[in-house]
Amino acid sequence: MLHASELSYGYSSGGSRARSFTLDDVSVTVERGSLTGLLGPNGCGKTTLLNLLSGVLQPNHGVVSLNGVSLSGRSRRDIARHLAVVPQETHPAFDYTVMEMVLMGRHPHLGAFELEGPRDIAMAGEAMAATGTGHLAGRAYMTLSGGEKQRVVIASALTQSPDVLLLDEPTASLDLGYQLEVASLLRRLNVERGVTMVLATHDLNLAASLCDRLILMRDGRVVAQGATRDVLTASTIRRIYDVEADVTFHAPAGHITVTPLRRVP
Amino acid sequence: MSRLRASRFGAQGTFDSVAASRTRAGDLASVVPSPIRTRLLKTAGGFGVLVVVTCLVAPLVGSSPISLVRVFDRSIPFSENVDAQIFFVARMPRVFAGAVVGAALAAAGVVFQALLRNALATPFTLGVSAGASLGAMLAIVFGATISAGPFSAVPLASLLGAGIAAAIVYRLATMQDRAMSTTVLLLAGVTLNSFFSALIMFVQYIADFAQVYRAARWIMGDLDVGSFDPIVAALPMLVIAFAMFAWLPSSLNLLSVGADAASARGVDVGRTQRLAFVSASLATAAAVSLAGPIGFIGIVVPHLVRLIVGVDHRLVLPASALFGAAFLVMCDLAARTLLAPLEIPVGVITAILGGPFFLWLLVRKG
Repeated sequence: MLHASELSYGYSSGGSRARSFTLDDVSVTVERGSLTGLLGPNGCGKTTLLNLLSGVLQPNHGVVSLNGVSLSGRSRRDIARHLAVVPQETHPAFDYTVMEMVLMGRHPHLGAFELEGPRDIAMAGEAMAATGTGHLAGRAYMTLSGGEKQRVVIASALTQSPDVLLLDEPTASLDLGYQLEVASLLRRLNVERGVTMVLATHDLNLAASLCDRLILMRDGRVVAQGATRDVLTASTIRRIYDVEADVTFHAPAGHITVTPLRRVP
Repeated sequence: MSRLRASRFGAQGTFDSVAASRTRAGDLASVVPSPIRTRLLKTAGGFGVLVVVTCLVAPLVGSSPISLVRVFDRSIPFSENVDAQIFFVARMPRVFAGAVVGAALAAAGVVFQALLRNALATPFTLGVSAGASLGAMLAIVFGATISAGPFSAVPLASLLGAGIAAAIVYRLATMQDRAMSTTVLLLAGVTLNSFFSALIMFVQYIADFAQVYRAARWIMGDLDVGSFDPIVAALPMLVIAFAMFAWLPSSLNLLSVGADAASARGVDVGRTQRLAFVSASLATAAAVSLAGPIGFIGIVVPHLVRLIVGVDHRLVLPASALFGAAFLVMCDLAARTLLAPLEIPVGVITAILGGPFFLWLLVRKG
């Protein structure tokens, strides 16, 4: 459904024309209805790949296509009708209410001078119900806890009615309880509503518990991709992170767990 | 503990706290404000009435009392109707000038605050007014006599100064990337402000006393335009700026949440930033060329409006334009009448009101 083919992307540095490539020849496929994890060390290009997949960045080379149609040349508004992004953190400059934040998700579906109507409000209500944030509708976003904020941002992304939801470390700044809440919410949205998701994360256990497929990256390249149980192994973890880890199936949890043991020089 | 045990990653039916708080769309009616359309109509209607009433009452008040009946008495020829002359010739242009300048500065303030994601930004933060002031100062000190169309030397020079300042800041902020760097925008603006202020001081130093007085008086802000001509001259720029403003509100909502968030929700960030910067700079330049740099309107009005209508830019922008118009007309009324027959520069009134308000805002935010 979402396919990236031979993507390369580089940033110009220091005003010079020289580019240092952060992604090089990356090809990935995200199947409809899947929950795909994007793993790799800091600076490996996870966020850049997410930005390329969402069309926020344009690749220097290669093509990103959604349902067989290239994103290149399509307007931001058009792309946003199909792809929604949940960033790691969201800090609005003004004190919007939760309802206002969620309704902003309807932006790509409304004309330049169009105001949201009852249908848009109903869709926002539905997204808030799905994320358990309906009771917060009238609250100021800034006053919410970290977990509540992230659920509101997910509700706003769902209100976009996207085909694919791209999440950039959505649990990174949350404590364990909120991590569990958000993880459980994502699983439910994927299973019950069939939302296709790509999730960039540093948390290997979160990826192991949630994702049915993984893309493992290092130094701007894809090292491995496939079913979680096939690619999340001690040897790939060593290749990617230079870390020796114990990878075992945890029966009570129902998924693979990763215990890092030591850094390999 | 029980919650943690029950909330295994990926397990179904474990999200009790969320499930319990699920709310049907219909239940939202109790917590959600009335739909935006109704709120917009109420806001525009309420503030619109305020502007109309203010603009009708303000010309009636002044050092010479006039009668509204005599003003509109058609049996007295206009050349003999002193009340009508005071109303239409002396006071109405001034009230209109106050209304358009107030609306422009307040709306520009809203746009700059959203663009910079900083609630304390003003239309003068990015150096536009300092550029305008330097231009006006040079025209005054060097006695420039150039004019173009309806513009005389001082407004023309101030427009030129504002344009140069805006162009420098814009160029610096877009050098690295197509999208604007708001950090560079802010730093370049603040630096340019200081630089132009230094040049203004230098020009003041070499000028004679009469020129310095005239220039200082200009910088204090003054709505005594004398006729409708300067307003008509500035009007095309203001119309263009407001036409551009009309495209902005929902994009400004998203831009103020963050550039990435805005882009992900379908906003063309680069284009919106350029539109916001150009329109707000144009409105500021037009307002300053007409009445000098009248301070604090661009921050006081948007914040007062937010206290009343909330922070949604689809309400804040039109409401600020309308309230800005009424607010500056009222401030000018105070400037004309408080020490009558002496007139206080209107910029002094707005600063006396705005300074403490600004501090209150800082403390409140802190």
